[in-house]
Amino acid sequence: MDVFKADVAIIGAGGAGLRAAIAVAEGHPKLRVALISKVYPMRSHTVAAEGGAAAVTQPHDSLDAHFHDTVSGGDWLCEQDVVDFFVAHAHDEMVQMEHWGCPWSRRPDGHVNVRAFGGMKIERTWFAADKTGFHMLHTLFQTSIKYPAIERFDEHFCVDLVVDDGRVQGVVVIDIASGEFQLIQAKAVIIATGGAGRVFRENTNGGIVTGDGMALAYRHGVPLRDMEFVQYHPTCMPGTGLLFTEACRGEGGFLLNKDGYRYLQDYGLGPATPEPRNKAMELGPRDRLSQAYWHEKQKGRAIDGPHGAVVHLDLRHLGEHKLRERLPQIYELAVQYLGVDPAKAPIPVLPAVHYTMGGISADGKTASSLPGLYSAGECSSVGIHGANRLGSNSLTELLVFGKVAGLAAAQFATSTTHGNADKLAAQASAACQRALTLVERRGKGERIATLRREMAQSMEEGCGIYRSAQTMQATCDKLAELKARALQVQLDDHSKGWNTEWLLAIELGFQLDVAQAMAHSALQRKESRGSHQRLDGFEQRDDANYLKHSLAFYDGDRAPRIDYGPVKITRSRPGTRAYGAAGEAADAERKAKDAHHV
Amino acid sequence: MSDADRSVEIEVLRYRPEQEDAPVWQRYTVPYSDDLSVLQALQHVKDELDGTLSFRWSCRMAICGSCGMMVNGKPALSCQTFVRDLLPGPVRIEALAHFPIERDLVVNVEGFVRKLESIKPYLIPKHPRTLAQGEYRQTPEQLEQFEQFSSCINCMLCYAACPQFGLDPEFTGPGVLALLHRYNADSRDGGRAQRMEVLNAEEGVWSCTAVGYCSEVCPKHVDPANAVNQNKVNSAKDYFLRFLSPKGAT
Repeated sequence: MDVFKADVAIIGAGGAGLRAAIAVAEGHPKLRVALISKVYPMRSHTVAAEGGAAAVTQPHDSLDAHFHDTVSGGDWLCEQDVVDFFVAHAHDEMVQMEHWGCPWSRRPDGHVNVRAFGGMKIERTWFAADKTGFHMLHTLFQTSIKYPAIERFDEHFCVDLVVDDGRVQGVVVIDIASGEFQLIQAKAVIIATGGAGRVFRENTNGGIVTGDGMALAYRHGVPLRDMEFVQYHPTCMPGTGLLFTEACRGEGGFLLNKDGYRYLQDYGLGPATPEPRNKAMELGPRDRLSQAYWHEKQKGRAIDGPHGAVVHLDLRHLGEHKLRERLPQIYELAVQYLGVDPAKAPIPVLPAVHYTMGGISADGKTASSLPGLYSAGECSSVGIHGANRLGSNSLTELLVFGKVAGLAAAQFATSTTHGNADKLAAQASAACQRALTLVERRGKGERIATLRREMAQSMEEGCGIYRSAQTMQATCDKLAELKARALQVQLDDHSKGWNTEWLLAIELGFQLDVAQAMAHSALQRKESRGSHQRLDGFEQRDDANYLKHSLAFYDGDRAPRIDYGPVKITRSRPGTRAYGAAGEAADAERKAKDAHHV
Repeated sequence: MSDADRSVEIEVLRYRPEQEDAPVWQRYTVPYSDDLSVLQALQHVKDELDGTLSFRWSCRMAICGSCGMMVNGKPALSCQTFVRDLLPGPVRIEALAHFPIERDLVVNVEGFVRKLESIKPYLIPKHPRTLAQGEYRQTPEQLEQFEQFSSCINCMLCYAACPQFGLDPEFTGPGVLALLHRYNADSRDGGRAQRMEVLNAEEGVWSCTAVGYCSEVCPKHVDPANAVNQNKVNSAKDYFLRFLSPKGAT
């Protein structure tokens, strides 16, 4: 087996992985970085992010306001010291992207423009039309080319971590084109592999978003934190789940039921004003909007469509000119995929799974419990999203914590040496054998797609917008059954080069492990908070018992063990999470209280 | 007849170097629906009929640039090409033209990526700024000068459309030349002189024979032909100015 010796290995070359690689190369130019990705970097799913990236920018905005929006948006399950760090470093990272050439949309005076976003009190979302993730990803990828210390392993698929002597010491990869294995020895490893939305049926995610890095860390004893919190984005394309950005509503779009009524006013988000009003109506947070859809559907006020009940995203009043300027990609998606001209007709939409709030448990500096292992981006849980992420906080997270991870991993790498090469090679060989078992088995077994479909259907039924013990238990049982059946899947393809069926089989294993962490964490959280809403007697938030992070520990073939850890509260005590007029009243009350305390 | 009863034939040019010496056409029958994309048809084959079929895909929404292929002889993103527009079929699918095939619909991208890396595709600041100095000012009009050229998703459809690239794989080609122009045309950038070397080389802009098919197939309206043309003017200027200034044009 080929061996490559790196100082820092990074798995995943999306926004977080690239930002981390650049941070290492800039801060420690002598260190060798191995940047590993199962796709070419510009294919990474950061590319599909549309709306923008949040950073306090306007004079009348404040870090405190961004902090409070994020913490209350997360239903107080956020690490408040980490949120403070995050909001404080957001703006510098946006400017850094600007200096690297990111084509941010501008105001007439040449300054960067900002737009409104759901759950954000003041406009602070930097954007590049409605292709912000695309532009950020390409800017980062192209900028990374400047640094010779970054050695890319494009289209290399990571099958395992190598852990020895109590610390991570490398990764085992398959060169997809040849099917050959390679050991990449590293003194520190950063996981930046993105989310796991593909474990659900209807989702906005690309096919590559299969939770690989989460499963890798999890299998080596690192807990997955807050995995029950899965975000449904309220405005997605029926059938495919493709995303219509929240910026549609940031720019003033309406959500209408079958009577043409702006139904969000019935769910504590009103009053309905013709002009967009921050933190109200269509600019409420995603969990509340997806839940409102569910209720409209129950009441029979949604619209029947070929792919299930929908509501209408109405952009007509914005006019073709503004739509083409601010939302060009949305315009084309609607026309090409749905045959709907959004300047002339409303777009049918429904909620779809979009984002995993939880992830690899990490401290505020991205370090995990396994020495040498760091994580950043959607795969990671540094603790800023809590029970519900606010739109436009995740692109910023990639940058802020990608950089932190790069610097922390580099620091760790400079303080240690490569371990015993023979021992690592032996471990790597064992990992290869496990991977090869899948492709070499011959006999009668099921197709991968059958299992994947059953998993995704079951996750939707058990861990959807509203949950109950009975359906969650059914999903847990189903996942256990699927894990057993997965040992007997049968591949058609037994070749080496470009055997994507083999990779799908490995990914299915990752997905089942991550799905189990989600379902069991959900079943055991006996309250409703943020995106985790129950219908079976636990409809309220229960701070006395559940103001804590869930931690799912891998336990081999058995169900995960669920434990809990404390939530860091610094200055925002859990309060009522209110939006619309009620939210404004609550804000005023909080300010008055704060003033009183000062 | 309802969608549920309908099907469509697709033919895929298979090439599996470990099993076969030469490419062969293979036919599959796929259930039809009005919203079936070519990518979804291939996914059906992969999932249900034949797991050995290899192709790249990810985002499904024409932004990741993975799924370019020849559909009925034309370069296209399979995710935004709908079978309803190709009826009655069969729909014929091949790997992107002009690239070496690794397997089935997977082409070798290495050459393209090397070219992309060669043109210094990053901002070389005209006037470096510190973070504390904040962002560069750039008016919407200045942004418009390069925004379109920054929209390239690296799907390489333009290379499959380019007869010159078909003849000479060394030709820098439309997508990368558009990217080069994207940085040269950015008001913040001062790296044009460093990039002229690529532009002026034999494989640079002057290889282009102005067919314009590249812009026609571009799924993102980047208009690489326009970028190449603007750079022919720049390259010519650079050529003449070189006689006036020892350092060449800036």
